[in-house]
Amino acid sequence: MDIDWQLFADSFWPILVGGATGTIPLALSSFAIGLVIALGVALLRLSPLKPLRAVGWFYVSVIRGTPLLVQLFFIFYALPALGWVVPPWPSAILAFSLNVGGYAAEIIRAAILSVPQGQWEAGYTVGYSKAQTLWRVILPQAVRVAVPPLSNTFISLVKDTSLASVVLVTELFRVARQIATFSSEFVAIYLEAALIYWLFCLVLAWGQGRIERRLSRHVVR
Amino acid sequence: MSSAEKPLLQVTGLRKRFGDNEVLRGIDLEVRRGQVVAIIGPSGSGKTTVLRSLNGLEVPDGGEIAIEPGLHLDFQYPLTDAHRYGLRDRSAMVFQNYNLFPHRTVLQNVTDAPIRVRGLPRAQAVAEAEALLARVGLAEKRDAYPYELSGGQQQRVGIVRALALKPELLLFDEPTSALDPELVGEVLQVIKELADEGWTMVIVTHEISFARQVADEVLFIDGGVVVERGAPKRILTDPQEERTARFLQRLLHPFDD
Ligand SMILES: Nc1ncnc2c1ncn2[C@@H]1O[C@H](COP(=O)(O)OP(=O)(O)OP(=O)(O)O)[C@@H](O)[C@H]1O
Ligand SMILES: [Mg+2]
Repeated sequence: MDIDWQLFADSFWPILVGGATGTIPLALSSFAIGLVIALGVALLRLSPLKPLRAVGWFYVSVIRGTPLLVQLFFIFYALPALGWVVPPWPSAILAFSLNVGGYAAEIIRAAILSVPQGQWEAGYTVGYSKAQTLWRVILPQAVRVAVPPLSNTFISLVKDTSLASVVLVTELFRVARQIATFSSEFVAIYLEAALIYWLFCLVLAWGQGRIERRLSRHVVR
Repeated sequence: MSSAEKPLLQVTGLRKRFGDNEVLRGIDLEVRRGQVVAIIGPSGSGKTTVLRSLNGLEVPDGGEIAIEPGLHLDFQYPLTDAHRYGLRDRSAMVFQNYNLFPHRTVLQNVTDAPIRVRGLPRAQAVAEAEALLARVGLAEKRDAYPYELSGGQQQRVGIVRALALKPELLLFDEPTSALDPELVGEVLQVIKELADEGWTMVIVTHEISFARQVADEVLFIDGGVVVERGAPKRILTDPQEERTARFLQRLLHPFDD
């Protein structure tokens, strides 16, 4: 079997650019929005009020209980049928944000619960409100617990953004597919796409290690 | 009666249950300004629950708490946030396990609430915190993190954090029982100086000789009621109640039978 190494070399740059202008911004913006959703859902799940807890539970259950591809198709193809057209990029960002929101909510909830109850009380006794205690005392400590699993969520997300190619978003995998279809060099091009995803993930894993070491500074070991 | 004659803290008939467990069965407590009251009693007798109620961390099922002037809570009615903030505005708690904020330096632990909650200018909050830290011998630790401190140092920071709020009432829940024996003295010394300075305090403690030195009144609580109360010398050396005598016997001579 012959691999067209010239094409391999020529397409490295276009695929990488697809990653830099598609995959990375898509993953970053979805992750940022997803974290905000996740914090809200985690707080619902921790609420003393049963109806709010139920809403949070329902959200997490639906997101985790349905395939991401189906969620994406629903937003891109089904919503227009209901009279609500969402263009490719917003569709993809919406789907990925909602998805991250469901998974990260459970991570954030567990991280909040991992902070000792005494920290809430210390916050209250110095006069902080519930929101101030959460923001100034609990969340900074929960972050340390949440970062490793959230990093994994982010790395999964980077790979999952390849699904956006089916709703016409130009990202790494869509560029690769176009070159592959045009040249019929499937082995070379898909191998190359896989390599570039792997490269991205190696960089992310390295960054994750740095953040984790930074966050464990103030902890007794 | 004018408010000058009224005690700073008046607790009447405090009741609290956790499920089937009736933890407080009508606790009465009176603390005048400048007075130090020590609470002793066996494990599970409800001492912590009393203190937590005074700080709004626990909501009693019945009874009243009054802090003069102006704060009157009757627990047959629901406790509002304003009541909670009222209690925390007037009193401050020092915890058995210190509960310092581990992600903040010593100085930030002490100054953040005065700045955020009491609206003190940062420079003033820092100056006051530094003065308080110097008082308890921790001036040079202002930029340390809690994990870099010994237990005794952490608890002294805990006390400074409470003092920085300028509460009228200081609440101590077994402030030395998590400490190694050789560190107990440095913390008790700080509390004794505060007592001499005229701070009003309620202290839950197992340190009997400390209670005898510092307290104006000792309460012995068992089974959710005040079994006996009075001057420390009388309660601690000549208890009238059988239960008090047995508790003190066990505490002072744990290996005798
Ligand atoms: N949040 C809670 N839920 C259920 N039961 C509780 C709760 N807090 C305290 N209790 C129970 O109330 C009783 C009194 O507890 P409390 O902590 O006030 O006792 P204590 O006198 O401070 O004991 P110790 O000397 O061990 O600190 C105990 O039986 C305890 O198990
Ligand atoms: Mg206790």
